[in-house]
Amino acid sequence: MTRRVAIVTAVQTKFVSSQTDLSIGEMIWEAVGKVLQETGLKFEAQGGDKDGLFIDKIISCSEDYWQGRTISDMLYHMEEGGLGMSLTKVSGDGAFAVYHGAVSILSGKHDVVLVIAYRKESETVGSVIENAGFDPIYLRPLGIDFLTAAAMQANRYIYRYGVTEEQFAEVVVKNKGNAFRNPYAQEAMELTVPEVLHSKMLSYPLKELDCKPVSDGACALVLASEERAKALTSKPVWITGIGNCYDAHYLGDRDLSDCDSLQMAAQKAYAMAGITDPSKEIGLAEISEEFSYQELLWMEGLRLCKRGEAGRLIQDGVTRRDGRLPVNPSGGVLSGNPSGVAGMVRVAEAFLQLSDRAGDRQIAKVETALAHGVYGPAGQAHCVIILKR
Amino acid sequence: MSERIAVVGIGQTEFKSRWPEISQVEMVHLAVKRALENAHLTIKDIDAVFVGNMELFEGNYQVDMWLTEGDGAYLKSGMKIQTGGSTGSSVCTTVFDHAATGLFGAILGIAYEKQDEGSSDYGLRLVSEDTFFDIANGGRAAGPAMAAMALDMLRRKSVTEEQIAQLRVQESENASRNPHAHLRKKLTVEEVMNSRLLIPPLRILHMCPASVGACAMIVAPEKVAKKISPNPAWVVDWVTVHGGTLPPLGHMGVYMEETELGPQWAFGVEQASLKLYTRCGIANPRKEVDVIEVYNMSTWHEAEWWERMHICEKNDAGKLIKERATAMDGDIPVNPSGGVVATNAIGASAMQRFAEAAIQVRNEGGERQVPNVKTSMAVTAGGDSYSAAALFRKSLY
Repeated sequence: MTRRVAIVTAVQTKFVSSQTDLSIGEMIWEAVGKVLQETGLKFEAQGGDKDGLFIDKIISCSEDYWQGRTISDMLYHMEEGGLGMSLTKVSGDGAFAVYHGAVSILSGKHDVVLVIAYRKESETVGSVIENAGFDPIYLRPLGIDFLTAAAMQANRYIYRYGVTEEQFAEVVVKNKGNAFRNPYAQEAMELTVPEVLHSKMLSYPLKELDCKPVSDGACALVLASEERAKALTSKPVWITGIGNCYDAHYLGDRDLSDCDSLQMAAQKAYAMAGITDPSKEIGLAEISEEFSYQELLWMEGLRLCKRGEAGRLIQDGVTRRDGRLPVNPSGGVLSGNPSGVAGMVRVAEAFLQLSDRAGDRQIAKVETALAHGVYGPAGQAHCVIILKR
Repeated sequence: MSERIAVVGIGQTEFKSRWPEISQVEMVHLAVKRALENAHLTIKDIDAVFVGNMELFEGNYQVDMWLTEGDGAYLKSGMKIQTGGSTGSSVCTTVFDHAATGLFGAILGIAYEKQDEGSSDYGLRLVSEDTFFDIANGGRAAGPAMAAMALDMLRRKSVTEEQIAQLRVQESENASRNPHAHLRKKLTVEEVMNSRLLIPPLRILHMCPASVGACAMIVAPEKVAKKISPNPAWVVDWVTVHGGTLPPLGHMGVYMEETELGPQWAFGVEQASLKLYTRCGIANPRKEVDVIEVYNMSTWHEAEWWERMHICEKNDAGKLIKERATAMDGDIPVNPSGGVVATNAIGASAMQRFAEAAIQVRNEGGERQVPNVKTSMAVTAGGDSYSAAALFRKSLY
């Protein structure tokens, strides 16, 4: 890799269960406007500034289905700053959009890239959309959605490694507790394990509190090449490794407790970042856990611990904010992020930690952090991004 | 410093109105298989797979997931890209960006639409400026915007209706030579002039069809391309420009010629072309480019785009038609493939422009090959004036 890529700034809106005060466009502008204000950046199409410091590409991340709109970002070029700009749209999770942004800079074709993800989950019914994410011939008629697919994965994980519903509940207690320190988190809750276990059963073994809530919000980041990053901020955070990967589509073709694509994505990112033992070298991880068990399973896929060991780590408090390897000190996706935006929020949170801008949720002395995004049923596609001070 | 990159393989399916005996996965698989054969590669040589498709047209959410069954993306990198009519070309620019990092070997891009399995008309109506007013009024179809542009061309005497019919005949002659084209029947001026009127002055034979089909493209960095391909199409440069409509004006039905941006969609095409010329040092595109593939969603657009790509002066499109300058044997052939009016599987159409431009410099066009092509260009357009453009060369730049 001949060029280096840094994150210059990251902005989130406050995530809420139903954003009725702002339209989607206004939500985007809340994030983008703040980015422009913080960095003083302009857009290339505006002529940029004399030092050549301007945003030269925009990557937006949204999906037509959730927006109920063909070309989902079409209405929002005013808020994104798209007029006359180089612009593309990643139709997937926000971490993949960050990946694309990093690639566009590594390609030598772009220097400063604005990446934006947004979604209002409250305006539609997610399970209907998720059902359309399965092949229409064999799977869709079953009425399957991402919740029921995840439940199968959770069951397989329990069966194979003997992890327990109590351990899943520990993840919820930790993350919703961490959310108290995060002003952007939607749901901070003081919970006990029995409270999680006794919440409403949705799809065995997943209960209401095991699942991420419906959420609305937006996130924006600025990525820059080394030279531009140094001109834009005194505390750039470097992206040292990136990797993403697809798994097979039919759930029966996968051992759902394996997460092969995550392992592959992580391996690519670690290789690029020169990481050989992630369990020792990663100081903090922001993991997309749309369901409680996923934080544990993804930790194993990421090789942050051995197979089947993550349940013990959560019980021993290793992943608490004061533990050896803090996981989701932000409160994670369980505390409320729209899927699709969630992966970008993980990168944003890792950035805030490494640039000492995480406020009350700041973890001291972290040098290397990992951010993870996921999309597709039961984690079919994963994206891993390694960040360094 | 970017890696130099080249298109090393292209695969297209046949394109037709209906293809009930094949699934989306099988159709994509067919295009991928042909691209791999064309590149003399196997799927093992591919490091990343990118997919483009309009998800509300067939009703598939995150279709890249299902496609892993047939596109070879299993345990490979990739993502889904979607920007409207220009989707296929946005997939290409994403593939080019990835290839230029040098982090990958060969990369596969796929774009397709299977419009017989859904309602693209319904999907298109969801391209709305405003949730409350537009959708409540039945949504906004592309037709009225296209008609407004055609009327403007007549008003400023750039073309006549007869000339547009002549151009449509020329496009149909080109399509008849392309085995992948959907509408391959040779038309006559009378047939075009007497075809059904849609929104004046648009007639049904001026318009792109609703097609089913897939296109795949394999791109590799120099070190790989030189090893595997005797005739790589070097991608000199690529740009994307997003024009955008002005919602309050578009919404109120104010025609954009009244604004400084010009008609809807035209801004992106013009700016993308000019940006590409500047970056590639092209002073006179009509002389320096040998063949152009452009996203002509209607015959009117093809003529408008000539002016916007600066291969003729403003209001001179009619003159080009009269001279047959853009015919296969003209001095600046445009769309030897027949273009989008002959074949429009929406997600795929923009990638096909890039692919056909690459085919021309690779000298693999068969009957539609323009002789002695050294430099070719592709320019695309789509909803909200998303445009992409790329320049291809036969020899290493």
